[in-house]
Amino acid sequence: MEIVHVYTKLRGEFGRQSLFSDRPAELLVDLHPDPSLGLHLIQKSPRDQAVQASRDKSEHQVNTERFESDSCGINHEEGGWPKDVNPQEMEQTIRFRKKVEKDESYLNSIPQLGSVMEHCIRENRAVDIYQDHFEAEEEAAQTPEPPSAKTINVFRDPNEVKRTISGLSWHPDGGRKLAAAYSCLEFQRTSRDMSLDSYIWDVENPNRPEMALKPVSALICLDYNPKDPHTLVGGSYNGQIVYWDTRRGSRPVEFSSVEQSHRDPVYKIIWLQSKTGTDVFSASTDGQVLWWDVRKLSEPTDCLVLDPGKEGNLDRALGAVSLEFEPTMPTKFLVGTEQGVVVSCNRKAKTAAEKMVCTYDGHHGPVYALQRNPFFPKNFLTVGDWTARIWSEDVKESSIMWTRYQMSYLMDACWSPTRPSVFFTVKMDGVLDVWDILFKQNDPTLSLKVCNEALYSLRLQDNGRLVACGSQQGGATLLEICPGLWTQQKNEKSLLAAMLERETKREKILETRQREERLRERSRSEQSREGEGGKDEGEDSPHQLLLSAQTHFYSTVDSQQGWSPSEVKNEARGE
Amino acid sequence: MLTHSRIQGQKGVQGIIIVNSEGIPIKTTLDNSSTVQYAGLIHQLVMKARSTVRDIDPQNDLTFMRVRSKKNEIMIAPDKDYFLIVIQNPSD
Repeated sequence: MEIVHVYTKLRGEFGRQSLFSDRPAELLVDLHPDPSLGLHLIQKSPRDQAVQASRDKSEHQVNTERFESDSCGINHEEGGWPKDVNPQEMEQTIRFRKKVEKDESYLNSIPQLGSVMEHCIRENRAVDIYQDHFEAEEEAAQTPEPPSAKTINVFRDPNEVKRTISGLSWHPDGGRKLAAAYSCLEFQRTSRDMSLDSYIWDVENPNRPEMALKPVSALICLDYNPKDPHTLVGGSYNGQIVYWDTRRGSRPVEFSSVEQSHRDPVYKIIWLQSKTGTDVFSASTDGQVLWWDVRKLSEPTDCLVLDPGKEGNLDRALGAVSLEFEPTMPTKFLVGTEQGVVVSCNRKAKTAAEKMVCTYDGHHGPVYALQRNPFFPKNFLTVGDWTARIWSEDVKESSIMWTRYQMSYLMDACWSPTRPSVFFTVKMDGVLDVWDILFKQNDPTLSLKVCNEALYSLRLQDNGRLVACGSQQGGATLLEICPGLWTQQKNEKSLLAAMLERETKREKILETRQREERLRERSRSEQSREGEGGKDEGEDSPHQLLLSAQTHFYSTVDSQQGWSPSEVKNEARGE
Repeated sequence: MLTHSRIQGQKGVQGIIIVNSEGIPIKTTLDNSSTVQYAGLIHQLVMKARSTVRDIDPQNDLTFMRVRSKKNEIMIAPDKDYFLIVIQNPSD
């Protein structure tokens, strides 16, 4: 369609001035939409197109290859002397020096250098550059930051088949090295190609272990000698005790004879304080606690069978899973058992019966960890089943403080060596909990997920800052905790002492009340039995028979074991 | 030497060493073992610093170096053939 507008002007009118006038708009063309034309076209669905007026960018991550570095020293010797001058000869060197001093370039350059130098020296003297301006302000209160912990290093098991880290021990001298015992504790899961080695790691080098320890059978636990940092002792899966000297290589220096050792895996071994510094004692689930002298590992020096009946009967012994020894109390020690009972023992007792002083029953499962509070040795921490409990030596009925039941099993626990109210626990879901009982008692102050697999062991370095935890897949993670959790607060010791005393008192009051109740019940039942003696003989209903059988059973069991907690149970069920 | 005694006379100066371009100590006020150690180590340090400065800008050159540490300050004035090293403890 063509739109044409014709405009005419006479030639004679060219050049004349234009006369403009207004006139209304005039419709020239009107085009109507023609739907038939739409049939020639295809409708496209609406599209969204984003448009941005900025540069294209992309994100890319780069991981550089590991750089292995080695440090070594350089030995300096005198050199650079010209060939004819022997550096050892004093005469020749002096002569050479004198010659140089007369050299022209020397004489020219030295004064110049001297003046520059003098300027700088004077500059230094003008202001005391080492003055400490803010000394007084350093003691200002630090703002409380939320508790945190940072992973520093992870030491992974270099073998193909991963084993659990069941024991950890820090080097006693500054904690630069960490010894880890690797074993497979699951029932019948050890494979033939599982390596038996345990490693000593240097904290700075996570790439490869500093040293490997090669025992005959996998190590479950090991301990550095606190007096001699070169020696270690370990307890192995087959019950033997093994002794190493790191200066003498990876093979054990000595190991105990199989006949005299434990019959079950050795779960814990600790060095003792003694004059010779060579005594250790070990505990195992076969029910024995054995004392050894590392110079002569062919047979133990002493033996204690954890028989609650105090008869030394191995069949009835409780299997020991953890040990505790505090150097400040050298005659007493604590043993945690598989049955959930903690036994307190006295080393110096004459007879086996007197050796086991008392028992603390509290856990439903094996007591995996046991440690006295380094600041309050009368209180100790135990971990087993799903709780962690704090006990006082005086209260035998129950623990004075306990955590609530956690979601997963607790495997190991440790007090902080620098703060009396802080302790750490590890769980089977790979979580490390830091508890500060002065701050919060219901929940951990800090809960960290260290790894996806279960954590089996935990050890703190002596300065309280570094925490090492070992996992099921053989990875030892080294964490550093924030200063708030290892620096002691003001009054912390006294506050904690007050808290522990308060809890102990509470438990004691409860204990006495329970005892009174029991006495009252007993006297009441005796009276009632006298009254009903005649009636019972004729009509023995099944319920009565059951009850009497129960009471009879418990009383016979008790008479053999002599434990007070089950007396309580007995009385409760007997009524 | 005039310069020598003038510098030595300044307060806090612990020692002076003059080293030639090959690392041989020409004049020193410290004992032999320290001198040898300083001469060897500082020579390498100055070479490295000088090459750094010249790598960044070839027209530039190192004129002076100061190494301040917790206990003292080591000042090095390099020249074409010789270095003058002074160890000073300013808070004396």
